[in-house]
Amino acid sequence: MTARTLINVPAKAKRGEIIEIKTLIAHPMETGFRVGLNGALIARDIITTFVCRHNGEEIFRADFSPAIAANPFLTFFTVATATGTIELEWTGDNGFSQTESAPITVE
Amino acid sequence: MIGYLLAYLSACRPCESRDPYPVPSRGTATYGSCVVIVSAILLTTLPAFATEIPPAERRSDYDLMSAQTRAMQDDDTANPGMLSVLDGEALWNHRDGATNTSCADCHNDARASMKGVAARYPAYSTVLGRPIDLEARINLCRTDQQKATAFTFESKELLGLTAYLALQSRGMPIDVASDARTQPFITAGRALFNRRMGQINMSCAQCHDDNWGRKLAGAPVPQGHPNGYPLYRLEWQSLGSLQRRLRNCMSGMRAEPFAYGAPENVDLELYLMSRAQGLKMEAPAVRP
Repeated sequence: MTARTLINVPAKAKRGEIIEIKTLIAHPMETGFRVGLNGALIARDIITTFVCRHNGEEIFRADFSPAIAANPFLTFFTVATATGTIELEWTGDNGFSQTESAPITVE
Repeated sequence: MIGYLLAYLSACRPCESRDPYPVPSRGTATYGSCVVIVSAILLTTLPAFATEIPPAERRSDYDLMSAQTRAMQDDDTANPGMLSVLDGEALWNHRDGATNTSCADCHNDARASMKGVAARYPAYSTVLGRPIDLEARINLCRTDQQKATAFTFESKELLGLTAYLALQSRGMPIDVASDARTQPFITAGRALFNRRMGQINMSCAQCHDDNWGRKLAGAPVPQGHPNGYPLYRLEWQSLGSLQRRLRNCMSGMRAEPFAYGAPENVDLELYLMSRAQGLKMEAPAVRP
């Protein structure tokens, strides 16, 4: 099952304008340091990498650590250069991989 | 007794304390008068001090939050509670149970049919002869209409559906019934709110009626209004129900929490909603 995401990319922007991209993804971000009710460690399950591409070109990348909270919220800025697609990709433990995209029109 | 004394002394501060929400009727006691009052208490039996917050001073706990947390709640693409709303919306349209029906098959579009519903719960159930909260109402629909198994408390499904329904009342004033049928349960809830509990021997009212706006371990004590549930608590890193919050507070008072679904919890929920009557619904809220 894919994780729920909330993505905020402006639908329209002027060429050269600085735009803010906001993303939220449902993920437990289990640290691997917590102990369960049976006394055994709960295995680590985190998102390890986030990549944002604009028309295939990488514009932002983040490495996640176990200290990052559940349902990580990420916000960053970029310059609107061309009409096309903003692609967001999260990858993590246990083969977690999710890709979402949002269109953007640059005038 | 010693615990009570400490609690009372910490509540008595000089009037120049940097209280962000000063209330004229409180906080004017000096340490000198505290000693006199405490001596008087030692000589007599413990009186009930709790005084209810005047209706005009009742405000959402949102007002006591930091600007960052408020911004998180206000932006639907930054509020993690909205992730659960998406779960709830999918469940609303998902067919389930022996009758293979979805919520939408009977109730149609929740955005119209469920508007204002969460603001009226807990509501009196003629079937059970007592008030039930929104979670119990959802589970009744599941077992009676859909012929499906009830969701467990704090499950992703129940929180999601509750959040989706509560969202439909966002911005609407709390409007729980206060009539002959519900009044005995509101009274019972008020009694629980004012009853001392647990090893620390404190009541809900001692914090949330008498000392709201002051600091507890650096964080402001809220008035304790239930207008944002289910809400995303940053400390929990998840959405949680009002019952979870009540149980959480009771653990803090080192009292035995009432079980999920216990009538005591529902009475407390009903009292809290009637106490917050008229405040605007914020669900899914974000709280620290």
